[in-house]
Amino acid sequence: MDRRRFLAGTAVLAVLPLAPAAATPDSMAAAISRVIGNAGVTEGRVALDLPPLIENGNTVPLTVSVDSPMTAADHVKAIHVFNEKNPQPNVFSARLSERNGKAVVGTRIKLGDSQRIVAIAETSDGKFWSASADVIVTLAACLEDLT
Amino acid sequence: MANVLVNAPKSAKRGAIVEIKALILHPMETGFRPGPNGTIIPRNIIERFTARWNGAEIFSMDMSPAISANPFVSFFAVATESGTVRLRWTGDQGFAVEEQVAITVE
Repeated sequence: MDRRRFLAGTAVLAVLPLAPAAATPDSMAAAISRVIGNAGVTEGRVALDLPPLIENGNTVPLTVSVDSPMTAADHVKAIHVFNEKNPQPNVFSARLSERNGKAVVGTRIKLGDSQRIVAIAETSDGKFWSASADVIVTLAACLEDLT
Repeated sequence: MANVLVNAPKSAKRGAIVEIKALILHPMETGFRPGPNGTIIPRNIIERFTARWNGAEIFSMDMSPAISANPFVSFFAVATESGTVRLRWTGDQGFAVEEQVAITVE
């Protein structure tokens, strides 16, 4: 194999990790509308807590808390989290009820790129509330060398 | 199974809000990564986590490949009655693990 062909081959290899179609702001909007339908989303009541500068995109601690009394009459039914630039726009959907007492959910997520994260909470009166956060990721998830 | 770590209080006052944290050992393979031989490693994730307090579902989460390996989940629950909290993880390739913790409410 000559040098030119070798270099062409490595160039193709380098592109491979990007092959899966990445989620885009459009696909995130589509994923959000699949969940909420035509209902409007109001900013507020939701707090999205994750570090603004992330060194390792493989485990990013994320906490979503919603300001809600969590009574039978007024509680958070669901919390959905979306991203813009991972291969898929969904992160998680959690179902809650008044049995939770506090509308707080914590987990750890993967982030493939610097992007905007959106959390949407659905309350028992059918309204949707949201919060978003922009994060910078220095080491993206899914790109470690497995060879 | 020893591959699960659950952190919940052993006892709570009636009506108190307790935090339950659960960690499980799982690769959460996304299905987007090429393996050493260049082919994509098949997806293997936990799709769903549910928590039941004496049989009544109090919390559930649908997961995606964007959840980190060894998924960690924390949530809150109102201590209504003594009993067991049953946590269940299910996912790809027939993955199903159940763990329970006892909570005494006084």
